[in-house]
Amino acid sequence: MSVYVNDDLMDYDEAMARFDVVIGLEVHVELNTASKMWCGCTTEFGGEPNSHTCPICLGLPGSLPVVNAKAIESAIRIGLSLGCEIAQWCRFARKNYFYPDMPRDYQVSQSDEPLCFDGEVTVEVDGEEHLIPVERVHMEEDAGKTTHIGGSGRIHGAGYSLVDYNRSGVPLMEIVTRPIYGTGTKGPEVARTYLAYLREMMRALGVSEARMERGNMRCDANVSLMPKGSTELGTRTETKNVNSLKSVEAALRYEIRRQAAVLAAGGRVRQETRMWNEGGFTTAGRSKEHAEDYRYFPEPDLVPVAPSREWVEELRATLPEPPAARRARLQAAWGFTELEMRDINGVEGALELIAETIEAGAPASAARKWWVSDLARRANEAGVALDEVGMSPGQVAALQALVDSGALTDKLARQVIDGVLAGEGEPADVVAARGLAVVSDDSALSAAVDVAIEANPGIAQKIRDGKVQAAGALIGAVMKAMAGQADAARVRELILEKLG
Amino acid sequence: MALTPQDVARLADLARIELSDQELARLAPQMDEILESMTNLAQAIDDDVPPMSHAAPLVNVFRDDQVRPSFSSATVLAGAPAVEDGQFRVPRILDEEA
Repeated sequence: MSVYVNDDLMDYDEAMARFDVVIGLEVHVELNTASKMWCGCTTEFGGEPNSHTCPICLGLPGSLPVVNAKAIESAIRIGLSLGCEIAQWCRFARKNYFYPDMPRDYQVSQSDEPLCFDGEVTVEVDGEEHLIPVERVHMEEDAGKTTHIGGSGRIHGAGYSLVDYNRSGVPLMEIVTRPIYGTGTKGPEVARTYLAYLREMMRALGVSEARMERGNMRCDANVSLMPKGSTELGTRTETKNVNSLKSVEAALRYEIRRQAAVLAAGGRVRQETRMWNEGGFTTAGRSKEHAEDYRYFPEPDLVPVAPSREWVEELRATLPEPPAARRARLQAAWGFTELEMRDINGVEGALELIAETIEAGAPASAARKWWVSDLARRANEAGVALDEVGMSPGQVAALQALVDSGALTDKLARQVIDGVLAGEGEPADVVAARGLAVVSDDSALSAAVDVAIEANPGIAQKIRDGKVQAAGALIGAVMKAMAGQADAARVRELILEKLG
Repeated sequence: MALTPQDVARLADLARIELSDQELARLAPQMDEILESMTNLAQAIDDDVPPMSHAAPLVNVFRDDQVRPSFSSATVLAGAPAVEDGQFRVPRILDEEA
């Protein structure tokens, strides 16, 4: 079913000139514990539907949940990394709603007693620092997966739905910001940078894979507009289904332009949940005109969590180097410029892959070049994350070793990348199978040089007359004849020997 | 603050309980009486008594992060009213959403 979109959009720059943007972000992160939040079922992804379930995560009567200690530990470490206070004492609460992905008809979450609260992080966009106030980090559980059958496969028009509860009860953290003001024209980029920061932080903490494309990390983006000079918050919309860093930026830009057009035309922004569509637009979802009533109450099956101050301090001591400090340290160690570092930060996952490639023996500049230029482009074209592009840091280091040894030119190395990405094996295998190695064998090169001299008598004469710089044209001819595989330095020597 | 049948109807709707007008009219004063008893109870408690949500004075009841065997999907689905492709088959959701 195609979705008909006919939103009026104001030019982004005009919207920025007329309105101030207020953004709020709710980020859900699945923790990478081995077992679920309240039971011993595995959190492993996939598996036969409903094979990772038990009476607890199915919410059967009489079952009793028990809190996974590792999940609390991870949550506290996340809270500390975000500069949060850790509650002395807090409870879980039941959030009551009816939806088949929650078999008990309530989600166990936290209401007004979050485990972590009052934090803040600073992110940098184009050299400018933005403070993101974090209101709270609380614990909850993931839901099952519904598949809608009949109609178009969407919930609307579906005949019925199927439910797989394998994800039900997987530990989930929700990180909620306070309204973010003062981002100027950079709101969408600030949001994107904040998400990238969170993702990097989760991985450094080792608490989540934080892969947005797999749903390990999900974002709901709230935005509202205020006419310039006004201090009264406008009506906000909440956009869901934002599954990549790029999408969060695009979805916010779209909503800002859409709301600006509505307001400029004298209209009223409807308070609603909207869905981001990868086609590049949002569509109206549920109206939130009536505040939802989840009838929260303390979860009677779970006793309060009261982390001792000693435990909190022990956990604080385990925190890794903050991402910003780590980046600064690596930048200095690798000798990269600000601009080079910004390019790296602009590519999801590049920093980690470059670090691993350097660890595997490649020079820093080469590691950066392959990942940020060549492989990032390939990943982009294939629509996959950089670390899923099909080449490992070890393989990139091996490729560069071949370049450094003189066996490959950069140009040939790119063909080797083609081979590795096509599944033809390790770089050395591809070089052998495709016959890509640089030819520095004198007899083959000498013959090619003779042919080039014969074909270009004018240029040859110039070189004989002492115009050595003319050799470039002959080198080019030889390279062309040998499909770029000639050792250019040796070719030059041979030309000068023959014509000198 | 007397509960009206409309208040009860709203609560019943949230809890997915279908009640007739007669039932709403009968339940409203009964629920009102329960609320009033709670108000009386609240008056008997000093401010220095912390709110209690659990009968046992326990905190931090945790388990180690260890995987234990799950049930087989056949067992899990045995009690389901409807099953398809190893999954729970549930009625269309749209009506709930509207």
